[in-house]
Amino acid sequence: MTDSALGTRHIPTQGSEPELVQLLTPEGQRVEHPTYSLQISDDELRGLYRDLVLVRRVDAEATALQRQGELGIWASLLGQEAAQVGSGRAMAEDDYAFPTYREHGVAWCRGIDPLNLLGLFRGVNHGGWDPDEKNFHLYTIVIGAQTLHATGYAMGMQKDGAESAVIAYFGDGATSQGDVNEAFIYASVFNAPVVFFCQNNQWAISEPIEKQTRIPLYQRAMGFGFPGVRVDGNDVLAVLAVTRAALQKAREGSGPTLIEAYTYRMGAHTTSDDPTRYRLTHELESWKLKDPIERVKAYLVRTGKADQAYFDALEREADGLAAHVRRGCLEMPDPDPLSIFDHVYAERHPLLEEEREQFAAYLETFDAVDAHDAGDR
Amino acid sequence: MATVTLAKAVTMGLRAAMEADPKVLVMGEDVGKLGGVFRVTDGLQKDFGEDRVIDTPLAESGIIGTAIGLALRGYRPVCEIQFDGFVYPAFDQIVSQLAKMRARALGKVSLPVVVRIPVGGGIGAVEHHSESNEAYFAHTAGLRVVACSNPVDAYFMTQQAIASDDPVILYEPKRRYWEKADLDESLTLEQAAPLHSARVLRSGTDATVIAYGPMVKTAMEAATAAAEEGKELEVIDLRSLSPLDTGTLEASARKTGRVVVVHEAPGFLGMGSELAARITETCFFSLEAPVLRVTGFDTPYPPSRLEEEYLPDLDRLLDAVDRSLAY
Ligand SMILES: Cc1ncc(C[n+]2csc(CCOP(=O)(O)OP(=O)(O)O)c2C)c(N)n1
Ligand SMILES: [Mg+2]
Repeated sequence: MTDSALGTRHIPTQGSEPELVQLLTPEGQRVEHPTYSLQISDDELRGLYRDLVLVRRVDAEATALQRQGELGIWASLLGQEAAQVGSGRAMAEDDYAFPTYREHGVAWCRGIDPLNLLGLFRGVNHGGWDPDEKNFHLYTIVIGAQTLHATGYAMGMQKDGAESAVIAYFGDGATSQGDVNEAFIYASVFNAPVVFFCQNNQWAISEPIEKQTRIPLYQRAMGFGFPGVRVDGNDVLAVLAVTRAALQKAREGSGPTLIEAYTYRMGAHTTSDDPTRYRLTHELESWKLKDPIERVKAYLVRTGKADQAYFDALEREADGLAAHVRRGCLEMPDPDPLSIFDHVYAERHPLLEEEREQFAAYLETFDAVDAHDAGDR
Repeated sequence: MATVTLAKAVTMGLRAAMEADPKVLVMGEDVGKLGGVFRVTDGLQKDFGEDRVIDTPLAESGIIGTAIGLALRGYRPVCEIQFDGFVYPAFDQIVSQLAKMRARALGKVSLPVVVRIPVGGGIGAVEHHSESNEAYFAHTAGLRVVACSNPVDAYFMTQQAIASDDPVILYEPKRRYWEKADLDESLTLEQAAPLHSARVLRSGTDATVIAYGPMVKTAMEAATAAAEEGKELEVIDLRSLSPLDTGTLEASARKTGRVVVVHEAPGFLGMGSELAARITETCFFSLEAPVLRVTGFDTPYPPSRLEEEYLPDLDRLLDAVDRSLAY
């Protein structure tokens, strides 16, 4: 993989059918690509399949927990497993990811316990993990903001002379935000080691991609001065190969890349959303044929790289993981009311201390009333 | 006469304004086919077309910035910001452009832009979906800032905001979107209370409670509870945050001598601070107690499992009333 492989020749002229990097067809046929090759062992392949299956299972369990009232909301990644696992597994340990709110698959690849993702959606915290522990930043809900943070982090890596790179996740809708466009400019001007990973799942809540762009998103990169590439976002092998190449290029000092992972949001925007109001089911049906997991399974089965015992064992592992997530969610304690005042500032702040004290005293008046009532009985 | 929710009343207000004036546009994220995440623009695109009900790209600065341009060209855009916490990407366009352009142009241009913002907490949402940021905008000269608390006001204030030749920030209390009331559509705008008037919702003699938006209901419940203990609270729905209806506020302060202000937003430099200062300055010799504030804490809005603790409620409001009465 050379730098020029990500160069401008991958940007077709406007009007022609955009090229889509693919290494595994929806039918599970392994195909070659002139630029992106992938050497992958059978173990690694099974590993990717395992990731895909487990991530989908966690997602389904979280959706169920929301339906049962245990989570306030859930943003499902259904359909986007390959985009997330492929890119997540392309990262080296020292690389750093800046996610949106939907990157449960990337979190999994970084080694975040899926249970930790649930705290935010249950409403017990704003993100329950230490970002530096796994180089996986907190979920960012304000659309696009994290792309600038990612770029700045990459600028820091560059100043440190680190041989690492950053990956910034965002959606198709986010590409309209000023922040994202500014991130492109900063990354370009400072030649920052950042990979912009856009999951074009075709929708931003109810707005189809046509409301955000008149050209394929990856072609925007050219105007900012760095290469863009569109990859089959439902092909975990292609995503892995393309992201690996882009991260390596960034680490080597050759600057940013925009990857457009072409995929589809198979579910609602979140559990609060009702997509029947704005999109047709035939679109969904056609994307079902491009399922990111089925194609890997078909390939594994046809080539004899995995047998029924493997699939059965994986099924049991998924059950176990789902049970862990469910149990952990139900056992998650509600936060202490006084924790409202924690961590707002690094240094002491008299107003907050005063409010905290007053609120503690106020809460105690209820304890006193409760004790009194209990005594009456 | 129809029984409608607050959300539906805004829809009806928008519809009436769009029917009355072809220059009125609705624009924002997901306002078209979806009808907005709260369904406030439900059916408008179907009836008025994509030319007048515009699904914008996902960019708030773009929504307000282009609304300014449309207004300069003679349109009256009504912008929807999906949630309170997502208005900040548009902060520069609102504060430095929308608010100041008229003065910059020596009055030669008008910017009749309405920015609708579903505001406040209490719906169990994730971060950025429960904020109360009215103080930023009330602090900005050039903007009018109003907050409705019930369906009837929502219907009229929407139309009045659109009719105003100044930019108006219209706050809609999202946790009250589903509250219902009877709405008489045969009433005209001229019969409605002026946009910038406060309203005495309940008259009382012992203390005044000033509330707006989502807290009005809480204040009314507090008054009911206080009455059971023989305390008569006067409840004022502020309705207009900028400008203030000082006449109504001061008359009540002079009458009861005790004032408690309640809002969800943090207390520090919030609306309560301005109200307390103003009432103290003008009614000092009538006051029996300092003006007290019951507000959200001066912290970020907490995770939703703690929002009941964070938000002022009946108990905290009555506690403040008792403290006021104890002076
Ligand atoms: C600044 C801002 N504006 C609006 C929203 C509300 N919102 C949440 S998700 C979303 C759509 C995002 O679409 P996209 O970027 O394609 O990501 P996807 O949800 O499809 O993964 C919107 C408008 C927000 N979170 N932040
Ligand atoms: Mg999208």
